[in-house]
Amino acid sequence: MSPAVLVAGALVFMMALPLPASQPALPTADDPVLEARLNELAVDLRCVVCQNESLAESRASLALDLRAEIRGMMRNGLTDEQVLESLVARYGDFVLYRPPVKPLTYALWGGPFVFLLIGIGLAAATLHRRRSMPEPEAVSPEALRQAARLLRTDPVSPAGQAPDVPGTPRPPLQQER
Amino acid sequence: MRRWIPLAVVVALGAFLYLGLYLNPKEVPSPLVGHTAPDFTLPVVGRPGETFSPADVRGEVWLLNIWAPWCSICLKEHRVFRDLIGDDVPVYGLTWKDLDREAAPLLARNGSPYVKAVDDVDGRVAIRYGVTVTPETFVIDHQGVIRMKHVGPITPQVWEQKFRPVLRGLRP
Amino acid sequence: MIPELGQFVVILALVVALIQGTLPLLGAQRGDERLMALARPLAQAQFTLLLLAFSALAWSFLTHDFSVKNVAQNSFSQLPAIYRFTATWGSHEGSLLLWTVILAGWSAAVAVFSRQLPQEMVARVLAVLGLVSVGFLALLVFTSNPFERLFPIPADGRDLNPLLQDAGMISHPPLLYMGYVGFSVAFAFAIAALLSGRLDAAWARWSRPWTTTAWTFLTLGVALGSWWAYRELGWGGWWFWDPTENASLMPWLAGTALIHALAATEKRGVFSNWSVLLAIATFSLSLLGTFLVRSGVLSSVHAFAVDPTRGLFILVFLGLVIGGSMTLYALRAPRMVAGGSFAWFSRESLLLANNVFLIAALGAVLLGTLYPLFLDALGLGKISVGPQYFNAVFVPLVAPALFLVGIGPLARWKKASLPDLMWRLKWAFGVALVTAALLPLTLDGMNLQVTLGLFLALWILFTVIKGFAQRLQHAGPDRWRQLLRLPRAFWGMQLAHAGLAILVVGVTMVSNYETERDVRMPIGSHVELAGYRFVFHGVEEVPGPNYLAGRATMEITSPHGRSFMLYPEKRNYDASGAIMTQAAVHYGLFRDVYISLGDPLGDGVWTVRVYHKPFVGWLWAGALLLAMGGGLAAADPRYRMVLRRRRVPDAEPALASAAAPEVR
Repeated sequence: MSPAVLVAGALVFMMALPLPASQPALPTADDPVLEARLNELAVDLRCVVCQNESLAESRASLALDLRAEIRGMMRNGLTDEQVLESLVARYGDFVLYRPPVKPLTYALWGGPFVFLLIGIGLAAATLHRRRSMPEPEAVSPEALRQAARLLRTDPVSPAGQAPDVPGTPRPPLQQER
Repeated sequence: MRRWIPLAVVVALGAFLYLGLYLNPKEVPSPLVGHTAPDFTLPVVGRPGETFSPADVRGEVWLLNIWAPWCSICLKEHRVFRDLIGDDVPVYGLTWKDLDREAAPLLARNGSPYVKAVDDVDGRVAIRYGVTVTPETFVIDHQGVIRMKHVGPITPQVWEQKFRPVLRGLRP
Repeated sequence: MIPELGQFVVILALVVALIQGTLPLLGAQRGDERLMALARPLAQAQFTLLLLAFSALAWSFLTHDFSVKNVAQNSFSQLPAIYRFTATWGSHEGSLLLWTVILAGWSAAVAVFSRQLPQEMVARVLAVLGLVSVGFLALLVFTSNPFERLFPIPADGRDLNPLLQDAGMISHPPLLYMGYVGFSVAFAFAIAALLSGRLDAAWARWSRPWTTTAWTFLTLGVALGSWWAYRELGWGGWWFWDPTENASLMPWLAGTALIHALAATEKRGVFSNWSVLLAIATFSLSLLGTFLVRSGVLSSVHAFAVDPTRGLFILVFLGLVIGGSMTLYALRAPRMVAGGSFAWFSRESLLLANNVFLIAALGAVLLGTLYPLFLDALGLGKISVGPQYFNAVFVPLVAPALFLVGIGPLARWKKASLPDLMWRLKWAFGVALVTAALLPLTLDGMNLQVTLGLFLALWILFTVIKGFAQRLQHAGPDRWRQLLRLPRAFWGMQLAHAGLAILVVGVTMVSNYETERDVRMPIGSHVELAGYRFVFHGVEEVPGPNYLAGRATMEITSPHGRSFMLYPEKRNYDASGAIMTQAAVHYGLFRDVYISLGDPLGDGVWTVRVYHKPFVGWLWAGALLLAMGGGLAAADPRYRMVLRRRRVPDAEPALASAAAPEVR
């Protein structure tokens, strides 16, 4: 075949293609499966030199090195747990964004639910007290009038009328236990 | 009594925040302290063909200093090594990610503060030592166990207050 | 000259604040009218002075006065004018000045809009605000002078942090501070109430509009911060549980609890001690946030520069304000249980439950944020507490609160009937549950998280509609006119709750159905994601005002065949040399398409990350609705009607209507 035919053939071939030659983009990693695994793990790892970023987000040079290191470990057949273990052995628990549950972190993991229990306890006590309070009829018309007087606020009128002069009795209701 | 609980909580929080002011959130204690220093064999900077490994200095107390030619604080720290530490204890250097190959000419020009400096060009050994920033310095004992790690430059004060007591404890 | 003038004016403002913080308080204790009358003019004077100081600093920035250290460090000759102006609050010093201006602004607003309040109350409130101002102005004058000069004068500035050169940053800090500082008004009302020994429905009524307004601003501020992070940090996240974000979320949670507690205090006179404690706590958490961001005790993506002296100063101030007010609370909070009784199932009990969950959630955020510090301070080592922790503990605590949003507004005060309510809400519950269970099946299979999120969102939406319907059931034919005539407070509440539902939809959908691809793209290559096709047309150099950008041209074709262009950039800032990823976003009602340009690999090949984020915009739309609801509720004419009521001496509607089922 002569070169001319070749060129012509190539031209025809090229024109047959739509112009934005749609070749699919390549994945960034040579091994997309491993990379996906790495990315999943990296979200849970702190970039130790950054202010507060995960290894997945950071583009710091040490973060890239660490990703390369983890990639290497994964290629050598280490499980995710083994990878985490070996990172913790070098950088400590600091590298883990999900703090491991151990005696030092019991308060961290249990705290929120202790708060909730305390809250529920206090609320239950309040409810109990409120329920056993005198019935609404017991709020005397006098108390209502007094409350209304306290609510009436009038800076323009003479001072003597202002309800908040020290010593004004508060509506006597119920003693706290 | 219950009405004082909020104040108690505030006081306790305040105490922690006060302590927190004098802590450095970036200084992370190394879990390697008390463990055998990770092994490696790396070429020595400026001496083609020669390598160094921690096994070579087994039986000695030595310092491993992580540095890089592009780290200006490290270069300042070199002066401290030269003037202060001198013959007290041997200092070995781990040259971190010297991608531009500047370490050898630099050490030749300024005079090396190290007995030997090794070349960790891809930073893999540094990662095994849990290095985060330069400079960092490890104190390694006769058995090859890491006894201390210091993050940041060694100043004369740091040397007196932090290193000397540890080194004294390691001497028979 | 102008910077010196600014500095002088700040010192003058400090003196004014000192007088404002002491004399009116003395006057209120002694019943001295003349001393009390000083409060209003002093508050206004302080605001004028600080506005002047702020203008002086803004002027220095706008006119490139690099002899001012602050300008030299945070501006640049080529920085566009709008960012030169926002750079005024881009540094620690400048933002502190903004903080004091806003505080003085709130004080001046209290001085103007409190004509119906007793003089003694006004005097105490303004004095407390004055004392808070003293602390911040002293911090400004003694540790963080924004007008400090520099010699020799540098030829050019070091430029504003490129992260802050973004539309989101123009309004985020002012709005956030409006919120933080706005809670100082609620705080001042609480302290004034403690001082006068009067913690009653009137106090709650006075503080409510102020609290709601501050909450509205804080909501907007937090939302804008999140939107900024989404656009600017370059990896498309919208909430990172970073200490800085937590610092703004904590007062928001406390403020939300406060708004609900105050409702019960105002309507029924109950929970007054709790409300006062919450008011103090909310502002304290705002102050704590300032401390955390400025002292360097926690490491965060976007904190200010670290300085232990400054940190110590803020901490001492914090200790005085919070410790002082908590001591006052312990000494002065009434020992009486005020207000009437209520049943175990009633509007009151539901508001109480709402507070329990919100405060537990707040506790969880506080614990997670400070736990690393606790361990470190005790010498127990360093740990990190990341999003995984917060998501795990926050969601279970907030989900019940969201469920209650559906019930609370429909329950009667004092005593509600659970069986009756269950009967009335059976359809809302059933339809929400079935829809939420089936919808994920049509997407990609069973997903309990999605079911939970969508159920809560639909449940809230249905009960909001039910709330309107219930209001109008006896309305008759002119139902629509009646709808518009419902009280603004009611509209505000409903709108805010609907906004919450929208926000929950956004969070649920984007967290579960977001997809992304990370690829190497030669020129002309394409990548497909969620039915979209992205074609890469290469990167060209485009100069910006103060940076040089590598700008990629991406052509995107949607599943429906519509195409549009996006231009993500990699910017190299001239002055700082900082390299920034400027993501490009195509906003949509049901999805955002988000592209982040990575690194060049040579031969025109670049790494590119493309994201498809379904419903992400609903996050901010929901937050906007929340804020609109807050604004509407705060603007309810009810709060301004006190003067007119003077003529009706006896029946105070708030108490008389105690048994009425609805908001008013």
